[in-house]
Amino acid sequence: MSNAPVNNGRRRFLTAATSVVGGVGVVGLAVPFIGSWNPSARAKAAGAPVEVNVSKIEPGQLIRAEWRGKPVYVVRRTEEILSTLSAHDDQLKDPGSEEPQQPTYATNAYRSIKPEFMVALGVCTHLGCAPTHHQGDFEEFVEGVKDGFFCPCHGSKFDMAGRVFQSVPAPTNLVVPEHSFPTADTLLIGVSTGEV
Amino acid sequence: MFANFMSWINQRLPLTDAVNKHAGQYPAPKNFNFWYVFGVLASVVLVNQLLTGVWLTMSYEPSGEGAFASVEYIMRDVDYGWLLRYMHSTGASAFFVVVYMHMFRGMMYGSYQKPRELLWIFGMLIFLVLMAEAFMGYLLPWGNMSYWGAQVIISLFGAIPIIGDDLTLWIRGDYVISGATLNRFFALHVIAMPLVLVVLVFLHILALHEVGSNNPEGTNIKKPKGSVPLEEHSKFTFHEQYTKKYDIVDAIPFHPYYTVKDLVAIVIFLIIFSWVMFFNPEGGGYFMEAPNFEPANGLKTPEHIAPVWYFGPFYTILRVIPDKLLGAVGMFSAIIVLFLLPWFDRGTVKSIKFRCTAHTVNLAQFVICFIALGILGTLPSTPVYNLIGTIATFGYFGFFLALWVYSKNEKTKPVPERVSG
Repeated sequence: MSNAPVNNGRRRFLTAATSVVGGVGVVGLAVPFIGSWNPSARAKAAGAPVEVNVSKIEPGQLIRAEWRGKPVYVVRRTEEILSTLSAHDDQLKDPGSEEPQQPTYATNAYRSIKPEFMVALGVCTHLGCAPTHHQGDFEEFVEGVKDGFFCPCHGSKFDMAGRVFQSVPAPTNLVVPEHSFPTADTLLIGVSTGEV
Repeated sequence: MFANFMSWINQRLPLTDAVNKHAGQYPAPKNFNFWYVFGVLASVVLVNQLLTGVWLTMSYEPSGEGAFASVEYIMRDVDYGWLLRYMHSTGASAFFVVVYMHMFRGMMYGSYQKPRELLWIFGMLIFLVLMAEAFMGYLLPWGNMSYWGAQVIISLFGAIPIIGDDLTLWIRGDYVISGATLNRFFALHVIAMPLVLVVLVFLHILALHEVGSNNPEGTNIKKPKGSVPLEEHSKFTFHEQYTKKYDIVDAIPFHPYYTVKDLVAIVIFLIIFSWVMFFNPEGGGYFMEAPNFEPANGLKTPEHIAPVWYFGPFYTILRVIPDKLLGAVGMFSAIIVLFLLPWFDRGTVKSIKFRCTAHTVNLAQFVICFIALGILGTLPSTPVYNLIGTIATFGYFGFFLALWVYSKNEKTKPVPERVSG
């Protein structure tokens, strides 16, 4: 033990320098721990596009496709449904689809590429449940609207373009995923035209 | 022989001293009533959960493909597997029953007030970890309600502006809830959370023994040293840790007096527990929900999603607020206000016995609202239920606001210096 006087300034500097280097080390160490929670390469690969044959869908019928593990609703809307879509605009939260819940090519009155085919994720924008399709008996939820979607979890309501009604927990319209029609009869979910 | 062995230990580890300090010579107020058994019962349930949990892990398979089948395997093929699983699942509900009673006791007798704020906060942290533990454990059977319940709760984080969507993706580790989510929840459920829980319980008890137990009258059993005539001191020997600073009055040693009393409570508790476990392990659909008897299916939401009963109150608060972000904020606030209870209460009189009538009414309406919220959480969403839920939500938060207001200049009854009777 030497009896040299204590140099407090040097001590503080060394303590601070050690803490800073140690802190950087902790941040660096956190990277693999946090990073390992990201989707793995396998999970990402499973997110590939899905093809659906739409020629066999009856008018008014809904079919469910699975893309990235989520249900995608594809509905062949009848003329009657299409013609009454704009009738209840005043009861909707976002009738003009101003929120970016759809690709730009589906930002129109029908929220679709072809008016006939509605393509939307069957995932309620509130907390992710699957809304049920009510064909002809939707009037018990919204007066004057014959068809629509009702989420059994928390009572959110959507019309046949996936637009959300007012005074329900869901904040936004149903998401329209990227999609395209490579041929007249095939729907490709997950890619837009010209990307393949 | 044994004395020699103990002396060998004690020279190397203060074992006898620690046992005396925390049991044989720990001064507990002599007037504990029925409400003081739930802390011990919670420890009993914790041990049950740890033991049965370890054993279940031996036969459970944490993977999206194998989880559901492995639970059926436990129920049908593993000797006593059904019993171990029912002990664990009944234990989860029992845990919340005793913890809610324990918390209510604290609210009724002002056990959160100064100097027990930190003790209360450790308790609340235990409650929080317990909820996380229960939520993650509920995903493990990989039934359809497991799946969609987790879907709803994880989506809550999606309500956070800007980072929400990326955060939920990170929590799930996939675009949907999948085996990746199941595996990480399994790791947290069986290792990370129990470790945290045990450390918190240890700190909770350590903090309790530092400040000493409250009692139904809210009187202080530790008087300033030298202020009490010798003949009024408690007749028992207490550890010098407590007697060197204080004169102890109206106290009895925790062991054997309260260990024996608690044993009676434990026996009664275990009788009720066994009845549920053997005769009604599904709790009428409240402990185990019907949709959970079919495997997780990401394309089919159960008709009616309800949380397990103990999450009901918080779930209803989430549901009645017609806005995604505010709903999530409301739900988490319901827990945060509980953390802050020691500061909402500006009064100094602890026990409800000596507080103003408004306080009794306020606490009663809080309990009614809490129970109403809990019942509503298990029911489907209808306009009438939503209205009742909204009123109960106001009642829940109103309790804290009202308490903050009237506790400032509260008209209280005189608190006796000593425990009466």
